[in-house]
Amino acid sequence: MEAFNPLHKTWNAHWQERVRNLQSLFLELWRDKAGFAGVTLMAALLFVALAAPLLAPCDPATQDLRARLRPPVWSERGSWNHLLGTDHLGRDVLSRVIYGSRVSLLVGASVVLVAGTFGTVLGMIAGYCGGRTDSMIMRWIDTQIAFPGLLLALIILAVIGPSLVTVILVLSLNGWMVYGRMTRSAVLSVSQTPYVEAAEILGCSGRRVISRHILPNLTSPLLTLAILEFARIVLAEAALSFLGLGIQPPSTSWGLDVASGKDYLFRAWWLVTFPGIAISLTVLAINLVASWMRLISDPQEREKQFARQMTARKSRRPRTGEKTRP
Amino acid sequence: MGRYILKRLWHGAIVILGVTVFVFVVTRLVGDPVKVMLPLEATLEQRAAFEKQLGLDQPLWIQFIDFVGDLARLDFGNSLWQHRPAMTIVFEKLPLTLELALLGVGFAFVLSIPLGIIAALRPGGVSDRGTLLVSLIGLSVPQFWLGLLLIVVFAVQLRWLPTSGIDTPAHVILPAITMGLPALARLVMIVRSSMIDELNQQYVKTCTAKGLPFYRVVGVHALRNASLPVITLCGWELIRAVAGYSVVVETVFAWPGLGLTAIQAIEREDLILLQAIVFTVAIIVVLINILMDIAYTLIDPRLKLA
Repeated sequence: MEAFNPLHKTWNAHWQERVRNLQSLFLELWRDKAGFAGVTLMAALLFVALAAPLLAPCDPATQDLRARLRPPVWSERGSWNHLLGTDHLGRDVLSRVIYGSRVSLLVGASVVLVAGTFGTVLGMIAGYCGGRTDSMIMRWIDTQIAFPGLLLALIILAVIGPSLVTVILVLSLNGWMVYGRMTRSAVLSVSQTPYVEAAEILGCSGRRVISRHILPNLTSPLLTLAILEFARIVLAEAALSFLGLGIQPPSTSWGLDVASGKDYLFRAWWLVTFPGIAISLTVLAINLVASWMRLISDPQEREKQFARQMTARKSRRPRTGEKTRP
Repeated sequence: MGRYILKRLWHGAIVILGVTVFVFVVTRLVGDPVKVMLPLEATLEQRAAFEKQLGLDQPLWIQFIDFVGDLARLDFGNSLWQHRPAMTIVFEKLPLTLELALLGVGFAFVLSIPLGIIAALRPGGVSDRGTLLVSLIGLSVPQFWLGLLLIVVFAVQLRWLPTSGIDTPAHVILPAITMGLPALARLVMIVRSSMIDELNQQYVKTCTAKGLPFYRVVGVHALRNASLPVITLCGWELIRAVAGYSVVVETVFAWPGLGLTAIQAIEREDLILLQAIVFTVAIIVVLINILMDIAYTLIDPRLKLA
């Protein structure tokens, strides 16, 4: 009797449609090789960060003073115990690089979340309320954008003292304005559309109009912005940790490792090289994903791509026709 | 024009006021300056004397007025680390930072225009994709790491250039390149996209049709119109260089400018010197902003003086 259950059918159809959508998204991703590389790298990075205790061969903080400054395995004095060598305290570089991904992703995600939420909410208030509220919030954003952000961050760090929480706080404080500006302008352009007016005339509350009718339209530009900001924040965290003002020694961070390896630059190149490559690859992957996202979420770009496919198919067709002709 | 400049100056003054309030709140209310600046073993009498010296025993609103007054006279007091007026130190270091920032951004600007034009001539072609990929990589590499790589390659392996310091003119080359490369990556992308926009305009066809040589169409007519966003971005890059990158680049190359001094001031818990640096940089940033806005209206007559 199951086949007669209409609910069951729609449920199935719903899932089929979902799978089809995912398939087409994947195909589109596969066609853009750079975007595919970015997404794969990001997925791998996320996996490494989550499974760090399983993947890392050693504990990142365990020192072994008898095995100081060992080079990577492929050089003469290298050993299989430490694939990427050891640092000046005999800590395993590979394990430190693996654990370092956790800090980078944690800081990046927290800052995007905090700054993104704050900026989006303020931007929406400004755009939806308009008038005085709008001009006050915009004046605030303009003023803070003109601030020398890093130097004010230095003052906060000098007074409160560096830690993971301070880093997240300082970077969020410096980064929320972009979200605010973008949300406000998007809200302004959306709130002129007939469907928002219709919702208002039907008597929807302001909160409902914002959450059900305006916010869904902001998802794709905000997501692209958040990914770009993520890349910027990973770089900023690395720079702060490199300066000694970010993550503090018992924890691991790529920036911190580059800073401590800097003193052994001429004797042990691997100390600076591997954490640096890790940062660069992470940021490159995020940037590739962001530029792919921008392409697929822009209707104009999609149209261009579609046209390109059509012309490619047309030029292919006569050739196959010729072949089949006897 | 006069009214416009006044308006920009007013906005700049608001920014400076914002920085003032922010620094006051962070240093006096969030943190305890005595705790930060005096060693742990300081006696109670020493603490009290220090508080009196800084005026911290006064009520908050008097402290704020004093603070603003000191600012207006550009008198922050003596640096705790070097025992001489903080502003003297700042004025010693400032030219070095400005030199590095200007050279770095200048280098990026000069290189970005030919590279961007070459990429824009054939969008989607090999040179275009290559330029995009290289600039994407340039944006992804952390600046401090890039500096260290340059030191290893050009100073240690090839021995062409000195590693760090400011003794000879050759010392500025590596820091300036490190400073300029992220700016170069962003500028190339902007030159490319605005050149592509301009080359698709009708007037380019007209110029070509009336028989102008190709290099004049691209290099004079299109480039002039494409240069507006590039100049704006250059201003932003200069601000980024002075107020952000200088700290990192100067630390890597031991370049004794404001950025390195700020880090040293934090290490030595010298809040007075740090405040002086932050305010100087804030004023420079505001000035660059104002100059940029004025330059923008001078270049583009279409822009309304709103």
